Amino acid sequence: MRPVLYVLSFLALIALGFWAYRENYATQAALKEVEALQRQIVGLHEALTVQKAEWAYLNRPDRLRDLATVNFDRLGLLPMEPSQFGTAAQVAYPTPKLPDISFTQDVQGTISSEAEGL
Amino acid sequence: MRTPLRPLARILQARQEGLNPDTIEKENLKLRHEALREKARGRAQFRLLILCASFVIAFGAIGARMGLMAATEPMEPRASAPGAEIIAQRADITDRNGRVLATNMTTHALYAHPKVMVDPKGTAQNLAELFPELDAKALERRFTDGRSFVWIRKVLSPEQMQKVHEIGDPGLLFGPREMRLYPNGMLAAHILGGTSFGAEGVHSAEVIGVAGIEKAMDARLRDPAQGGKPLTLSIDLTLQSTIEEVLVAGMKMLNAKGAAAILMDARTGEILAMASLPTFDPNDRPNPLVDKTAEPGDSPLFNRAVQGVYELGSTFKIFAVAQAMDLGLVGPETMVDANAPMIWGRHKIKEFEGKNYGPLLSVTDVISKSSNVGTAHIALMIGPLRQQAFLKSLGFFEPTPVELIEAPGARPLIPKKWPEIVTITTSYGHGMSASPLHLAAAYAAIANGGVAIKPTLLKREGPTTGVRVMSEKTAFDSVAMLRRVVTEGTASLGEVPGYEVAGKTGTADKPKKSGGYYDDKVVNTFASIFPASNPQYVLIVTLDEPQDDTLSQTRRTAGWTAVPVASEIIRRVAPLMGLRPKLEPVAVDAVTAASN
Repeated sequence: MRPVLYVLSFLALIALGFWAYRENYATQAALKEVEALQRQIVGLHEALTVQKAEWAYLNRPDRLRDLATVNFDRLGLLPMEPSQFGTAAQVAYPTPKLPDISFTQDVQGTISSEAEGL
Repeated sequence: MRTPLRPLARILQARQEGLNPDTIEKENLKLRHEALREKARGRAQFRLLILCASFVIAFGAIGARMGLMAATEPMEPRASAPGAEIIAQRADITDRNGRVLATNMTTHALYAHPKVMVDPKGTAQNLAELFPELDAKALERRFTDGRSFVWIRKVLSPEQMQKVHEIGDPGLLFGPREMRLYPNGMLAAHILGGTSFGAEGVHSAEVIGVAGIEKAMDARLRDPAQGGKPLTLSIDLTLQSTIEEVLVAGMKMLNAKGAAAILMDARTGEILAMASLPTFDPNDRPNPLVDKTAEPGDSPLFNRAVQGVYELGSTFKIFAVAQAMDLGLVGPETMVDANAPMIWGRHKIKEFEGKNYGPLLSVTDVISKSSNVGTAHIALMIGPLRQQAFLKSLGFFEPTPVELIEAPGARPLIPKKWPEIVTITTSYGHGMSASPLHLAAAYAAIANGGVAIKPTLLKREGPTTGVRVMSEKTAFDSVAMLRRVVTEGTASLGEVPGYEVAGKTGTADKPKKSGGYYDDKVVNTFASIFPASNPQYVLIVTLDEPQDDTLSQTRRTAGWTAVPVASEIIRRVAPLMGLRPKLEPVAVDAVTAASN
């Protein structure tokens, strides 16, 4: 019985050693990958800040104002003015849909005197 | 092998010799005990040794680890995920809507190791061609005098870096740098201030604020605990840009030396826009003036809105009137003595161009006609002590608490003694100087119903609380009086249809350095509140030495200079803030619908 136990525990030791060896290398590989990803993230962050700065630079009010002036004939943009505020009364009601009356038979019928209230 | 206590051979021999065999047993017993004791002692010693060794090993391990930790270079934990915080060493600055006002960019610095240089002379010449500010001779001397390290440039653009690469000398090296960038150029330059490099190393350099909010909030911007969270200002980029545009045009048209404008939210004290002209580019901050005789206002770095401590003239009159009304001394329709000129001791108080609005004038007309004499009489009713206390509660005795490094230095100029003649002159804004920002804060207190506010450049969340300095009714009546100034008084050009501008003009002669005042140099101010029926915003416009030559005669009063500029600003800015113009009541139609 005892030799069997010895052999089994020896085999278990070898298996554990093998597992630990593999785990060690897997961890190192993962750390390397994390490092590479980190470098990539830093690079992307840098690119992002540059693009944000460029976006802000291209959208600076002076430039937009000049562009609006240069492209006035196409865009027709002017500074906002108080007169551009409208009131609800200025908004037209949607025009009611009229029935198509180009065909005479559509409007044919008898006029009921009761319905007209006569 | 256990030795018997009574060995038979010795016992028999002892018996033959007639000795007591028990002594042999005793002797043997003693020997056995001794051996046992010896063994136990040895074991105890061994245990002690083991214990000792384990202590030494344990403490030795701890000590070694500590030593190792202390001796090694610090390292980022490799397995933790990085956030934005390790990327930006200085937080961004944004406007109230999150638009970027200041951000960072990665560039490179150029340095040289002359000892590994292949061709110092050629390199020096090539560099001098690339960068006009470098001198080839001086550079060559520095490359060849035996030093091993030379800084050449603090920042390079990518194109310049490529050109330096093309020189191809192994002694030219690049160090990464984070650079502060203000994408909007000159916009809001006085608020942002600027930055420069602090301690510089090959791998990185400190970016430190040198002026404006960059310096005042330096600790917050560099605080790693904030994790690169941007600093949100109360400024609105669109409003700021519009105000600067109008102000530049106004300043040019009126031949002014400088100008300033402040737009403030009257309820919270948030500064929505603050401009000072002439301005500068914070990306390329000019050097301060070295000429001692020059006035500080001549430098574009001078922030007129905060640092420009001027006599603000008639804009002060409303404070005397508001206080008198609050104390119950007068009401809007009370008639006061306005007979000009007024003689007070050796002094003669006159009106503008020697007019006389007297003998009696209602308090409302004192404001709308801007009568010095009327205000003087009202101020005398209040008395010096109460006047001082009131001006103090409005913040006129302390520097403004705004978040700019320049603010604490801009102390208002207060007369040392306060006799009655000072009470009189202060009531119409002479003899006491304050900055336009002080004036904005004080007008905000009138506009918001009588609560003193603290001006701020940082976006505020939620409502603010302040000390009440006058009753709501007084504030309401004061705004109504200021409205009269625009509808029928000195600021008639300030009317913007639909926005009910209320305000007060102020024209003050500039003091000479040698004493006395200039005849032809004035500071014009227009302090306004809009819309008058529900005051929300305060706008201060100040022009330095303006003159209007358009209509055959030269005019230097605020009504002709600062007021039109302010009205144009309000016309442009109010719609941007979503302020709907109030329609004038339309006359009821003559024909009314009738049903039969």
